[in-house]
Amino acid sequence: MIPAWSGRSELPEPTGDAAEAAAETTAVEPGASFLADAWSELVHNPLFIISGAIVVLILAIVIFPAPFAGLFGHGNPHACNLADSNEGPRAGHPFGFDVQGCDLYANVIYGARPTVTIGLLVTGTSLMIAIVLGSLAGFLGGAVDTILGRLADVFFGFPFILGAIIILTVIPERNVLTVSLVLIIFGWPVMTRLMRSTVLGERSKDYVLAARSLGASNMRILRKHILPNAVAPVIVYATLVTGGIMVAEATLTFLGVGLQAPAISWGLELASAQTEIQQYPHLLIFPGLFLSITVLAFVTLGDTLRDALDPRLR
Amino acid sequence: MTLEVGRPLQGAPLGHERASLLDVKDLSVEFRLRKKVVHAVNGFSCSVSPGETLAILGESGSGKSVTAHAIMGTLNTTTAKVTGGEVWFEGRDLLRLPDRERRRVRGRKIAIIFQDSLSALNPLFTVANQIGEMFRFHDGMNKRAAERAAVDLMGRVGIPDARRRAGAYPHEFSGGMRQRIMIAMALALDPALLIADEPTTALDVTVQAQIMELLKDLQREMGMGLVLITHDLGVVADMADRIVVMYAGKAVEVSPVHDLYSSPGHPYTAGLLQSIPRLDSAEDELRPIGGAPPDMTRLATGCSFQPRCRWAQNICKGEPPPLRTVADGRRSACHFAEAVLHGDEAVLHGDQAVLVGDEASGDEHA
Repeated sequence: MIPAWSGRSELPEPTGDAAEAAAETTAVEPGASFLADAWSELVHNPLFIISGAIVVLILAIVIFPAPFAGLFGHGNPHACNLADSNEGPRAGHPFGFDVQGCDLYANVIYGARPTVTIGLLVTGTSLMIAIVLGSLAGFLGGAVDTILGRLADVFFGFPFILGAIIILTVIPERNVLTVSLVLIIFGWPVMTRLMRSTVLGERSKDYVLAARSLGASNMRILRKHILPNAVAPVIVYATLVTGGIMVAEATLTFLGVGLQAPAISWGLELASAQTEIQQYPHLLIFPGLFLSITVLAFVTLGDTLRDALDPRLR
Repeated sequence: MTLEVGRPLQGAPLGHERASLLDVKDLSVEFRLRKKVVHAVNGFSCSVSPGETLAILGESGSGKSVTAHAIMGTLNTTTAKVTGGEVWFEGRDLLRLPDRERRRVRGRKIAIIFQDSLSALNPLFTVANQIGEMFRFHDGMNKRAAERAAVDLMGRVGIPDARRRAGAYPHEFSGGMRQRIMIAMALALDPALLIADEPTTALDVTVQAQIMELLKDLQREMGMGLVLITHDLGVVADMADRIVVMYAGKAVEVSPVHDLYSSPGHPYTAGLLQSIPRLDSAEDELRPIGGAPPDMTRLATGCSFQPRCRWAQNICKGEPPPLRTVADGRRSACHFAEAVLHGDEAVLHGDQAVLVGDEASGDEHA
């Protein structure tokens, strides 16, 4: 761990104008040096570099699928020829063909978008909900805490898959948004609990009392002192859970209550592969491989972030 | 640490006619727990004049820190309730101020420093940022100016190479340096009153002396009132002008510092003085005060020190002794204060002396 100030040790002994200049350097964004410290720790971690690179690559695929899909000359996922149904890999079609005779590689590339979108959307929204509700519950305590706690219990009571299946079979139209919504409904309570408990832990720390006795208001204490200290665990949990959400999307789709064809997603591809796994394993292997690598990358990224962001480890 | 008894005071003795900066009258604080009520402070009174150092001395659980937090208004209101009293500061009763007004007093007019400086500093922000926050928040300074003011302040509280250390985090400092940073934060806005809640308890003795020296210098320089909360008689002797001895949430003795050491006016104070080692005393053995600190959920009727007092008599069980003036500038809450003050053994072991229980006679246990 390199202390924040050690980088400035090469400064000459400040005198006169130089002293002013030195004060200026010192004064530049001291809040940022916490992140700078975390960053310098991250870039020295090979796991972060590898998982980060994979995540960046996947995000690029999600945003611009066309150039990636066209890599082998057959970039259109809807250009299908039934004569090629379930054919194995061959030149120009590295992953082979699906049951409709469409290029599987192009489909896997285009299938990234809904899966990853759902993963990030659900995680992001749940995180926002958790930060707001969790800090309110933890900081205010009392009735607010009780009400939010019982509300979360209601959602805890449902087995997640069962609850999601029930809601999704009732919803008439199933698309990225509705699937995300269902996953958010069952995702926020865990994160909110986590947030609440860390806020509760920080609230009784002496530095909060110190801030209060130096005249800070409740809102300011929550925002400036408690939140920055309490938010790291839940952010890390969020990155860990992103992979899980993507798996959940694939699971729901696989079970037939997630996205519906003609949408393209990894879950749909896996679902259609299920009946013919024994004859045509490539239908399962390639989308499955992409899903596994993506989930693994997000989980590993979360892990490295935790090590770097958690002040107790620094 | 050795006590220097009878050492002359730094400043002129402070007369009562001087307008006081802080006037606590009859303060009572209760903690309401599920099944019982803890009477932490029971009608505590004291006053501090501008530039004066008042020490509040008492053992653990005597209500010192609770008093400090009641004055600051930082009690945890889910359990603690101020049930009575007044806290006058600059002509206003703080207990009756609306929250917003009270917040303005905190930090700007009255500041506090705590015992454990590591946990009292936010671990995520650099020290300059935290000191600077005082200026940004209260004075609306911009970030750069606040940082510069913070570095200045760090220099003033004796942090070497302040400019370079400004960007460091609390955990990168030693305990003494962290306490200096706490002091810097507390003094940022030039408060009229500083409450130091056991500021040196977590530090080793040499650093203790340095921090006390620093506080004394800064106090003289800024002319602020200082309330020093401590259980350390040694610390008090060097620092304070007057002492309030607290027992069971009450002031049992108020005295100028040198008088108290030479002739205590309350049996509890006498017991405290006998239980610390002194170089100027021929006695080899220390005499601790017998018995245990009082159960604050069930306070004794009469004098709260009576169960542990070796001079307790019948009257002590029945009537709570009021805090009354017993000599010039001295007050004591003991029915036999004059006798204690002058060491009048005849009165103390008078005819009415009652049989004192075993647990109460410190002598046998010593």
